[in-house]
Amino acid sequence: MAALGRAVGVYAEVMVAVPRSGLPALVAGIPRAARLHIVTGKGGAGKTTTAAALAIALARGGQRVLIVEVEGRQALARLFDVPELPYADRHLAAAPGGGEVVGLSIDPEEAFIDYLELFYNMKRSARIMQRMGAVDFVTTLAPGLRDVLLTGKVKERVTLNEQGRSAYDCVVLDAPPTGRIRQFLDATREVANLARFGPINRQSQGVVELLHSERTVVHLVTLLEEMPVQETVDAAHELTEGGFGLGAIVVNRARPHYVRPGQLADGRLSRAVLRRGLKLAGVDVDLTDELAQQMIEYEARQDVQRANADRLDAVAVPRIELPELAPPVGVGELSELSDYFVIDE
Amino acid sequence: MTAPRRRLAALDVDRLIGDPATRIIVTCGSGGVGKTTTAAALALRAAESGRRTVVLTIDPARRLAQSMGLTELDNTPREVEGVADGRLFAMMLDMKRTFDEVVAAHSTPERADQIFANPFYQALSSSFAGTQEYMAMEKLSQLAEPPPGNPEWDLIVVDTPPSRSALDFLDAPQRLGRFLDGRFIRLLAAPAKAGGKAYVKVLSASFGLMSKAVTKILGGELLRDVSAFVASLEAMFGGFRERAEHTYRLLKTPGTAFIVVASPEPDALREASYFVERLVGEQMPLAGLVVNRLHRPAGGDRLSARRAEAAADKLGDRASSDAVDLAEAALRVHAEIAEAGENDARMVRGFAAAHPDVALIAVPALPTDVHDLTGLRLIGELLAAS
Repeated sequence: MAALGRAVGVYAEVMVAVPRSGLPALVAGIPRAARLHIVTGKGGAGKTTTAAALAIALARGGQRVLIVEVEGRQALARLFDVPELPYADRHLAAAPGGGEVVGLSIDPEEAFIDYLELFYNMKRSARIMQRMGAVDFVTTLAPGLRDVLLTGKVKERVTLNEQGRSAYDCVVLDAPPTGRIRQFLDATREVANLARFGPINRQSQGVVELLHSERTVVHLVTLLEEMPVQETVDAAHELTEGGFGLGAIVVNRARPHYVRPGQLADGRLSRAVLRRGLKLAGVDVDLTDELAQQMIEYEARQDVQRANADRLDAVAVPRIELPELAPPVGVGELSELSDYFVIDE
Repeated sequence: MTAPRRRLAALDVDRLIGDPATRIIVTCGSGGVGKTTTAAALALRAAESGRRTVVLTIDPARRLAQSMGLTELDNTPREVEGVADGRLFAMMLDMKRTFDEVVAAHSTPERADQIFANPFYQALSSSFAGTQEYMAMEKLSQLAEPPPGNPEWDLIVVDTPPSRSALDFLDAPQRLGRFLDGRFIRLLAAPAKAGGKAYVKVLSASFGLMSKAVTKILGGELLRDVSAFVASLEAMFGGFRERAEHTYRLLKTPGTAFIVVASPEPDALREASYFVERLVGEQMPLAGLVVNRLHRPAGGDRLSARRAEAAADKLGDRASSDAVDLAEAALRVHAEIAEAGENDARMVRGFAAAHPDVALIAVPALPTDVHDLTGLRLIGELLAAS
């Protein structure tokens, strides 16, 4: 792992920024004004892990950070090894310097009922609606309303703080995957078109504003494989086009480079030389051919990895590389990963 | 590496795809585990064993799609070139077009145009969570029961949409069906049919309050769009729920085989577990689990990650030479792969222990991505060899 070093993307000049009152110095490309960090990526690329590591990084130096999940998977509870998160803010972990990471799992049905209560003071009839299947209707299948409710709830958490009432310095959103992210973030706009009047429409305006402001950045998590890279490049393009600010590209599980250029002599590496070296190491020399073949195949993968990394160059945002950690990943590993988001001082 | 396979019932792929009774194979699992590749490889192998096969893909990697001659969404099976001794057809699902076709097939042109123009329909058909799953099922149903005059397929291989959760594939169609066919939406549709005013009178107090709330929240326009949409739909076909249930029943018939796909990672295997339990619980025909991308270190378990690492460290302390440096690199590479292999094996063992009756295939990781028929053929061989 140490061999990986602290990889900062090709575009990132390592800026040692002066922290805003207690905010840790983050890797360049994570804008200082950002209060809402949206983390997306192809499914299986390590979105939730990345979001959690980022939350811990942001919490350093005494910050309070809320991490929010919206897909009801209880992935945060598993990751932080705590009981299932209810629809309420719960302590997840402490961070160095008195910081804290708090978790929230937003349930769209409950969020909807919240709205009914907030806007109409009608929790009881909301329950009747729930029994009728109306809430299911609204939150599951009505056009993007589910996404509106979720982003609306996130916005509430971000802005409460600005009114000086609530407790979070930053909010990290473990968002839906790249394939759905534009739709998710634009749902508010869609609804503003569909529901042309009414409180949901008014609510939408505020969410659209926040998501398109400099207070919000979207980070893209990827693996150095064909599909995830393609999706990342596509999503970056779409998001930029849609007026969303990009943060960093986070590359997960990149395999370290052990083989030096030229060492394999284009696949004709000398078995005799390798055998000599293995003997010195006290390793069974019968394994020579297999180890040579394995090294050649490893390098073939590394070439693919490099080519995919090059394709990411099309997106001019900083890159952060996280090492692969042996599962299961827990709070200790997350804390280790959070180092990669912070600049050493 | 081989430890997990010892105790397991192996999944005999060639018997499954070669059996004329197998009509539908569904590959399912969470995103990024190689579902599409597995589906394509099975389809190619079946085709080359002489069965007239079609593979329905949802969202394939660009180069994989190109390798099968798929360049755009076009909703019609196209014959794949380069198949030896057999016929393979492939298609990519176009969700919106499938929905449009369903509407067009069941209404007059005039009515269909009305529906197409409805903003609610536009949103529903192009962007709803659940619509993709529903349309994948719809398309499967069309392929399984071709219109008169069209030849039947020997085998249909279906890839499922990359869902948030593998279970969405089973649930979404019924949910959409329930929604479009449900009590609530009928209530919403009522004003369009009853002319508005009468509707309010009929309702009880709480109903009135509720509909007022819905109107307030969603805005009156949306409600009117929904009402118009549902009213025009209702007249023309026998209920969405019924169609969804029909496909669901089709999936339960013995001619169907579900293959759950996973990678040796905790999240993917957890999803696979949920899916397996669900399939078993609903008496759906589960064929087995494919675990893709297992790391196979050189020499099997003859050199452990720990010993390789220690040997590499030992070389690191020596004066540099070609032999020392090359062997150190080889040992570091080995330690990396052997450790990954040990983790994989632990993951698979965990799954096997929890599901002792599920047949399993472990497919080793290939050095490069699969993006041509040769690669798919190789995957097919690996699937059959386990």
